[in-house]
Amino acid sequence: MSQSHVKANEKHPLFPIKNVIGFVLSLILTFVALGLGAAHILPFGPIMLIIMGLAVLQIAVQLFFFMHFMESDGPAYHVIGLTIGIINAVAVIGGTIWVMTFNSQVH
Amino acid sequence: MALSNNEAKQRSSKHDTSRLLEYQRHDGPLNILGFWIFLATDLILFACLFATYLVIRTHVDGGPTDKDLFEIPGFTIETLLLLTSSFTGSLAVYEMRNFNKKRLIGWLIVTVLLGIGFVGFEISEFVQYVGDGATMQRSAFLSAFFTLVGTHGAHVSLGIIWMISIIRQVVKFGIEPINARKVFIVGLYWHFLDIVWIFIFSVVYMTGVVS
Repeated sequence: MSQSHVKANEKHPLFPIKNVIGFVLSLILTFVALGLGAAHILPFGPIMLIIMGLAVLQIAVQLFFFMHFMESDGPAYHVIGLTIGIINAVAVIGGTIWVMTFNSQVH
Repeated sequence: MALSNNEAKQRSSKHDTSRLLEYQRHDGPLNILGFWIFLATDLILFACLFATYLVIRTHVDGGPTDKDLFEIPGFTIETLLLLTSSFTGSLAVYEMRNFNKKRLIGWLIVTVLLGIGFVGFEISEFVQYVGDGATMQRSAFLSAFFTLVGTHGAHVSLGIIWMISIIRQVVKFGIEPINARKVFIVGLYWHFLDIVWIFIFSVVYMTGVVS
């Protein structure tokens, strides 16, 4: 517990500036995704790639601006936990799509 | 003997006031870590539902497709409600750390109300689909859609009940280490549901709009 990053005496800002920045960023990301989707300026593949990229940025906004992701009492074990979760999620989704697409190509 | 010494040491650090309130009791950091691990497993649950949806998205059996069904205003309102509630939930933790009980309760209530608004819009969306003949039994696409989006909606509904019960405890016992940990953890849950919704917005609704 030596590397405590959760000191109470750290000064709290008088205005929740971090939270407001996070909210504005999440709104911008949402409307950019909506605008791109509704505009039909790019083919399906590239546009979905961009929208998924924006969604990943949204995760980062939630984690770092709202969820106090860098806070931990001692070693940051929760980062390891979440990383394993994300690896499994990517493996399940990527693996499923890969296997099922392969199936349709064979038929 | 060594073990009980260790325990005594942990208990004496129960009110280590140099730490943030939610980390002061010895079980606070353990509960928070445990909850992060729960979120990792819940992520895998949603990954399975997303994988299923992506594979059978186009299997509509002559019924309505995602493009026919989804309307931009409806799911945009739902997205904005949930994004805003995630923001107000983070303000609740901010006010808790400033020891402002009234504002903490106020932001939690706003968060709950936005959550209820979200669930309300989602229910009316589902009712409309079913009225148009797009039921869960109609096609593989609709089964996957209602399962994925419905599981998220059930999570949000549970989160609303959970948050109301925590508001009651804050009203009763004020801002102290146990309540601080509970508010922090319900906040994590709420932000996680916003992350899942962002993916439903992108993978389910935006795919329908773009295709």
